[in-house]
Amino acid sequence: MRHVISVLVENEFGVLSRISGLFSGRGFNIESLCVAETLDPDVSKMTIVTRGSDEIVEQITKQLRKLITVIKVTDFTGTDYIDRELILVKVKANDDTRSEVLSITDIFRAKVVDVSPTAYTIELTGDQNKISAILELFKPIGVVEIVSSGTIAIARSDKSAKK
Amino acid sequence: MKLTGAEIFVESLKKEGVDTVFGFPGGAVIHIYDKLFDSDINHYLARHEQAAVHAADGYARSSGKVGVALVTSGPGATNTVTGIATAYMDSIPIVVFTGQVPTALIGNDAFQEADIVGITRPCTKHNYLVKDVKDLPKIIKEAFHVAASGRPGPVLIDIPKDVLMASTEFNYPETYTMRSYKPTLEGHKGQIQKALKAIHKAKKPVIYAGGGVILSGASKELTKFAKKLNIPVTTTLMGLGGFPGTDPLFMGMLGMHGTYAANMATSHCDILIAIGSRFDDRVTGKISEFAPDATIIHIDIDPTSISKNVKVDIPIVGDVKHVLNKAFDIMKTEKPPKTDPYKEWREDVDKWENAHKLGYKHTKTKTKPQYVVERLFELTKGDAIITTEVGQNQMWAAQFYKYNHPRSFLTSGGLGTMGYGFPAAIGAQVAFPDKTVIDIAGDGSIQMNIQELATVKQYRLPVKIAILNNGFLGMVRQWQQLFFNKRYSSTCLEVQPDFVKLAEAYGVVGLRSESPADVDDVIKEALATKHPVVMDFVVDREENIYPMVPSGASLKEMLLV
Repeated sequence: MRHVISVLVENEFGVLSRISGLFSGRGFNIESLCVAETLDPDVSKMTIVTRGSDEIVEQITKQLRKLITVIKVTDFTGTDYIDRELILVKVKANDDTRSEVLSITDIFRAKVVDVSPTAYTIELTGDQNKISAILELFKPIGVVEIVSSGTIAIARSDKSAKK
Repeated sequence: MKLTGAEIFVESLKKEGVDTVFGFPGGAVIHIYDKLFDSDINHYLARHEQAAVHAADGYARSSGKVGVALVTSGPGATNTVTGIATAYMDSIPIVVFTGQVPTALIGNDAFQEADIVGITRPCTKHNYLVKDVKDLPKIIKEAFHVAASGRPGPVLIDIPKDVLMASTEFNYPETYTMRSYKPTLEGHKGQIQKALKAIHKAKKPVIYAGGGVILSGASKELTKFAKKLNIPVTTTLMGLGGFPGTDPLFMGMLGMHGTYAANMATSHCDILIAIGSRFDDRVTGKISEFAPDATIIHIDIDPTSISKNVKVDIPIVGDVKHVLNKAFDIMKTEKPPKTDPYKEWREDVDKWENAHKLGYKHTKTKTKPQYVVERLFELTKGDAIITTEVGQNQMWAAQFYKYNHPRSFLTSGGLGTMGYGFPAAIGAQVAFPDKTVIDIAGDGSIQMNIQELATVKQYRLPVKIAILNNGFLGMVRQWQQLFFNKRYSSTCLEVQPDFVKLAEAYGVVGLRSESPADVDDVIKEALATKHPVVMDFVVDREENIYPMVPSGASLKEMLLV
């Protein structure tokens, strides 16, 4: 099962290797990993996507919490959260396909960010479903190259009125 | 006042109350050694960096204080890795300082450079590379706190040479602020109540205690708890001494070479109270058949230990001592049962105990290794600190010496490091100069750190080594005998040194026992001297260690004598 785990860490050198080492040392794979500073420059937030049974992921989250430089660990699975991924995709474009690429881009509210005589580069933000949907449409036309940010995630705010 | 990094090192250790360091010098730490030369800190020069770390480990295990080792960069640092991994697997608080090449050269393949922070990341509790001399006091303060608190473990501090030479204003922090590190000590009261209720309802309880009891300093509490409720106790290898070995409630060790009674009781109990133990594969055997009918209570300070191997029904995260004391508070408010509820169960345990006691066939011609360990127990009145190497010697030392006190049995349980026992004995002897410290060794293991004979000679440390000399790498040979049709591939030590002469070459006393009749004389002579002694006991070559649960079998499937 896919798990999206958010990890708050001390922003210092070696943190990334401590975390990735924890995964590799136990033979767990990281599907994607995003890291960036938070508003507090001493703290970074990582979003890690991994797959595994509930027992394995429970063990991973416990092991993450045990690292001295880890401040907080949240497994979003089963909770209400928003996740997004950013992709840049280079799609082949010739006279026959140019308009189709543009209309798909439009339907998905994606953006053309670069044009050349042979290709469009398109930027799209969305969750996994949206990303894979647009890629399915571009594939027959011809995807030259793709680069993805990996997933970032945030919990939804409490919707109830009372504090 | 401005101090250099090297001076800060010495002053910070003093602030941490450190008076003993085990180490080996080199170019990257030469400035520290220059400062140590005039300081009150006692430095013990090992003859190999691995031994320095094991000695710091033995010092920590025997005394409960944090052990400290100091080595140089590159090979000095990489030689510490086995020592660090040994301490990590057994949760032993040590701080290892390594020198590093100057910061400007890091990553340049400089002379004697190794990325020791990278290398030791998976086998330290935490590690640090000091990049600025201003950070050094804070890092040392944190390191000692991290090593000793929560589930203890080794911490490494890598200090580049230029950091040791740079100066800064020295202020040792009084406190540490670590927002990301707060071990849970107090157990959850509701969970403890739930556990007690389950224990009161049970008919066949077993306490399975591990090294956590000793690390937490909770031997008294464990003993009180077991006696109050009259529950039979088994311990892991690491838990030996955590509960009195001669107490009638004690069933002996469990697991692969555990006693028949302990393994049978664990297999048949209806509630298993795991206290500071971690369900290691050498303890559980086949995991699906481990305590199959039992409700499992698990007290452990490390949440990752809980439900890692065995599904736990009532987890209690906390320090063993705190949790047991809280349990006593709750028990005070309970009505004691009118009759002893586990009497029949203990009678079952007694039957198992009488059915297959630990034993061996004594002969007049060949010395049995078990006999040597038994005589060591008798002649030291059970009052020595025993360290072991790894293999058959370790298991015989676990079975035939009875440990009545915590911190009296030092062994590499998790990593199983041959070569651990002798340097660990050095550390224990430094911590307790007046105690008898004996390394029960095999002729294979002892050669892995034999060079430390020079260390015991130099510092007049009266460590005693008892070699159970069978001319084999005995444990592997036993497996080959039982499971590989006696094909003794590379386990026969065809060339051996003369251990008596070897001892004498180092200026240490060497004694040999050729037959059972010599055993007592040799032990008595060794114990009577104030010098280090190597005792070479020529023992029955193909004696095996029993009971034995074959790897992957259930605890009930023991091979008996």
